[in-house]
Amino acid sequence: MKIVVCVNHVPDTATRVNISSNQKTIDSSGVTYVVNPYDEFAIEEALKTKEAIGGEVFAISLGNEANKETLRKVLAMGVDEAILLKTDDNLDSLSVAKALAEEIKNQNAELVFMGKQSVDYDNAVMGQLVAAILGYNIVSTATSFNLSGNKIVAEREIEGGKETIETTIPAIITAQKGLNEPRYASLKGIMAAKKKVIEEKIVQSSRNFVNVIEMQKPPKKAAGKIVGVDASAVPELVRLLKEEAKVI
Amino acid sequence: MANKFLIYVEQRDGNIKKSSFEALKKGSDLAKTMNAEIEAVIIGNEVNNLENIGGYGVNKITHLKNAELLNYSVSAYCELFVKFAEESDANYILLANTSMGKDLAPALAIKLNCALVVDCTAIEIQNGNLIATKPVYAGKAITVVETNTPKSIFTLRPNVFTIGQPSEDKADVTVKNIDSVNLSNKVIKVTKAEGKLDVAEANIIVSGGRGLKAAENFKMIEELAAQLGAATGASRAAVDAGWRPHSDQVGQTGKTVSPNLYIAVGISGAIQHLAGMQSSKFIVAINKDKDAPIFGVADYGIAGDAFEVVPALIEELKK
Repeated sequence: MKIVVCVNHVPDTATRVNISSNQKTIDSSGVTYVVNPYDEFAIEEALKTKEAIGGEVFAISLGNEANKETLRKVLAMGVDEAILLKTDDNLDSLSVAKALAEEIKNQNAELVFMGKQSVDYDNAVMGQLVAAILGYNIVSTATSFNLSGNKIVAEREIEGGKETIETTIPAIITAQKGLNEPRYASLKGIMAAKKKVIEEKIVQSSRNFVNVIEMQKPPKKAAGKIVGVDASAVPELVRLLKEEAKVI
Repeated sequence: MANKFLIYVEQRDGNIKKSSFEALKKGSDLAKTMNAEIEAVIIGNEVNNLENIGGYGVNKITHLKNAELLNYSVSAYCELFVKFAEESDANYILLANTSMGKDLAPALAIKLNCALVVDCTAIEIQNGNLIATKPVYAGKAITVVETNTPKSIFTLRPNVFTIGQPSEDKADVTVKNIDSVNLSNKVIKVTKAEGKLDVAEANIIVSGGRGLKAAENFKMIEELAAQLGAATGASRAAVDAGWRPHSDQVGQTGKTVSPNLYIAVGISGAIQHLAGMQSSKFIVAINKDKDAPIFGVADYGIAGDAFEVVPALIEELKK
């Protein structure tokens, strides 16, 4: 089976964010970019599925030249082929979903994995959007995945618990932490990845439905009060929470 | 074109979620200001006290009902919701940004080929249009966005929009029995963490971090949480150490939360954790290291040993 995994190239979560001079995006200078953490679980699940039932794993990433860095890392983990859907534009989620869906259709892939959310724009809807375009089944925020024949049994996280889902391929699974333990790239994998060709396809520019008017830093909190340095400060803390903050 | 709002009301186990009351209230406030029509829809089997949504300013709701809709199914719910929203022809559609809302809203956005703004923390009217505030990078930055399609869908972050005291008004409920539902995606089991509040929906959260040193020490965090009616959270360090489940993790690779009160115990405040909780209304930090970054965002702090302070806090609250 052909399996597609969608991967995103995002700022490391340990990075500080500064706003660029256009006040619409972040300033990417000096920022370390990594494979979107949730996508690592998606890659691992795609590779495990391939190892179990055979087939090929294709990675797709949408973005600019820099995304190749992430695609190389993904190839090093054991993905067979990588495709860059190239654009320098800042596309909104629907435009990205349409481009990803078109390529998944091109690849004729019936099983697609991606992270449940990209830690840049945090929309957590990409898998659902692509599934709706393609008419595929969707399991979002999956914490377990089992495929036998064309039948899927998966668990997904919901508020305060889990749902166990039964569905069939074609399907998109969005990966939550806990789905698996992502592998590290082997030295052999890293060497092999260097030689692989990343196919590039230009994304037709499209009109965004959502426009960013401005991006700002969150308002800075005023410095708080250190109530004390040991348990003797507890009564005063409780008084403040009850009388000043009125939250308990 | 006259404006019309549609609010999706979410139920689990026949009970309406608090986050849906927030969406109803926000929707009705906006509709009032814009002099727009408003209606709501709910999908499920039996639902308790549905007419009470009138208290939040929405007096018309359609209940799409079938015994097979007892549990959420993405295929069944999406199909029904999309069809209803198309027929309603509302141009502003509001949902809570919950695990269910995040499935339904994108399905509708594709069907209507319209703008979708998720996880909004504010929505305002500007020149007759809705302008939304949406945090990005887990709250390290905030965007203000506008939509440019005839219809737009917004999902609202739980716990951010206030509901106030509901009025005594009752809504007109129209029950529409559904003949058959699409169960190509079927929930065969729902496992609830026993008596557990989810951090994303809690008013108060007590979180523990590396400073707690071991899994068993989270017992005092749970005790403190129980005393406050709070959910328990954890830092990434505590989750990575295997002390707590990932569903408890607060931060950029966990959940972004905005409770009324966030108590951080033994959490130093790595940037990825701060990003996920700094929009909490009040923050209390308990940490031995007085220079820990967590104190930079805390309203109140005790720079002392958590193993002394937390038990004292539990005792004080029992008084």
